[in-house]
Amino acid sequence: MRKDSNFFILVGSIGLFVCINIFLMASGKLPFSSDGFGIILGAGLTLAVYSFLYKDNPAFKIAENLYVGVSLGYTIIITWFNFLKPDLYDPLIVPMFSKAAEKAPQYALIFPSLLGIFMLLRFSRKLSWLSRWTFAFVVGLGAGVSIPRVISAFILEQIKPSLHPVFSGGETILSSINTLLIMLGVISVLIYFIFSVEHKGAIGKMSKIGIWFLMISFGASFGYTVMGRLSLLIGRIQFLLKDWLGILQ
Amino acid sequence: MERFLRIDRRIIFAIITVAVIVSLILRFELPIPPSEPVQGVYEKIESLPKGSHVMIAFDYDPSSKEELQPMAIAFLHHCFSRELKVIGMTHYTGAPGLADQAMTSVASQYQKKNGEDYTFLGYKPGGASLIINMGENLYSAFPKDFYGNDTTTLPVLQGVDSLREIDFLFDLAAGTTIETWIVFGKEKYKFEFGAGCTAVMGPDMYPFLQSKQLAGLLGGLKGAAEYEALVGKKANAVSGMRPQSVVHVIIILFVIFGNIVYFTSGRARRA
Repeated sequence: MRKDSNFFILVGSIGLFVCINIFLMASGKLPFSSDGFGIILGAGLTLAVYSFLYKDNPAFKIAENLYVGVSLGYTIIITWFNFLKPDLYDPLIVPMFSKAAEKAPQYALIFPSLLGIFMLLRFSRKLSWLSRWTFAFVVGLGAGVSIPRVISAFILEQIKPSLHPVFSGGETILSSINTLLIMLGVISVLIYFIFSVEHKGAIGKMSKIGIWFLMISFGASFGYTVMGRLSLLIGRIQFLLKDWLGILQ
Repeated sequence: MERFLRIDRRIIFAIITVAVIVSLILRFELPIPPSEPVQGVYEKIESLPKGSHVMIAFDYDPSSKEELQPMAIAFLHHCFSRELKVIGMTHYTGAPGLADQAMTSVASQYQKKNGEDYTFLGYKPGGASLIINMGENLYSAFPKDFYGNDTTTLPVLQGVDSLREIDFLFDLAAGTTIETWIVFGKEKYKFEFGAGCTAVMGPDMYPFLQSKQLAGLLGGLKGAAEYEALVGKKANAVSGMRPQSVVHVIIILFVIFGNIVYFTSGRARRA
């Protein structure tokens, strides 16, 4: 009985969606063109995804699987035309096998291409050891490039404003209070994360202040997250009301 | 009181949806004063002389389109109205369609020509190594633009050899690209840098404002709305502020109501 009612809700919803689209196209609100069908498809998929809020259902499953498939296909095409073709196929493969090619092959591309192919050899039991060469290259290069830059940009540059003098002259009282708050926040949170000392007495009080700073930070993050998720909902409803139904101008 | 704690969550979803629809349909004005971080990006663009090169990194895909596409469009309006040369690129495979659409549609409103006044270099993988490559030689990182043109022949790129010649770089980020640009780009090649990000990432970016590693920041749909208001191109982000404000009030009321019910129901005492 319950399964039947779910089936009728699904069929009824699809029927209603089809009727609305026939009306919109017949009344000229949606163009009878690829643009119009694109909007219908977008609206249908939006509604199918949001239908999960009511209950998991076949329409949601179709939209979910379609998203995975389409995004993978799109990624492959974009990667080929934006990266593999202009950076590898055209400068290396084409001149190597085409006599009509104007430029000489860029043989320097063979080494990085081989490293890339080695990465794929992880799927082979016999040759998977070759992928370690690629990983060694990536890890070595990555660490060498990243460590000094990260220390400079994330630690040294971040320490500078934390050590800003409270009274250096010319600043407002509010900015001095701000600097003091930053100092208190940094010290108290650092103390909270020192676990080798028992949190008693002055250390305990400072770590409690640190917890308050962390809680305020989590609250701000949560508030921003709510805002972000809501923005996505607003955007989709704007699309449905404006582009699909034509209610909003 | 206990039954309020077992309320079906679908009722809350329905209330939120109705609130969004009603506040989108009912038109009422809300003040959108620009915040200091948004003002920072705006003033940076205002300070650039005509013909300066601005690079936009469209580092997002359709899942963040609702927040970042309005930012991109408002920012492009500002750049083209100030007669700046715009160079687009992306680290995201899902971005080229959105970026091309935004650049083409806004450029056509100002009679800007592709290749002369703006270009979209397209997508390249690599993240940090791509930024380093661009910092050393932009043409080796992008031998061709998104439309297949040889980048060395593009008039819009005249005077630009690498990131060092970029007057302002603006990253529209849905992931960790702002940090990557700071670490491997801004700190090394010393260009002015601003960013727009999803609201979820907003709080994590404030330390970079304080350290002046970011000249300005547009956070979420609110940041986009502030920028739209500043450049006088009110569109989806500004109209989205009505439901945003209304639903925030509803959520605050839900939180207060939930706490009152929780403490009066006796659950708090039992806990």
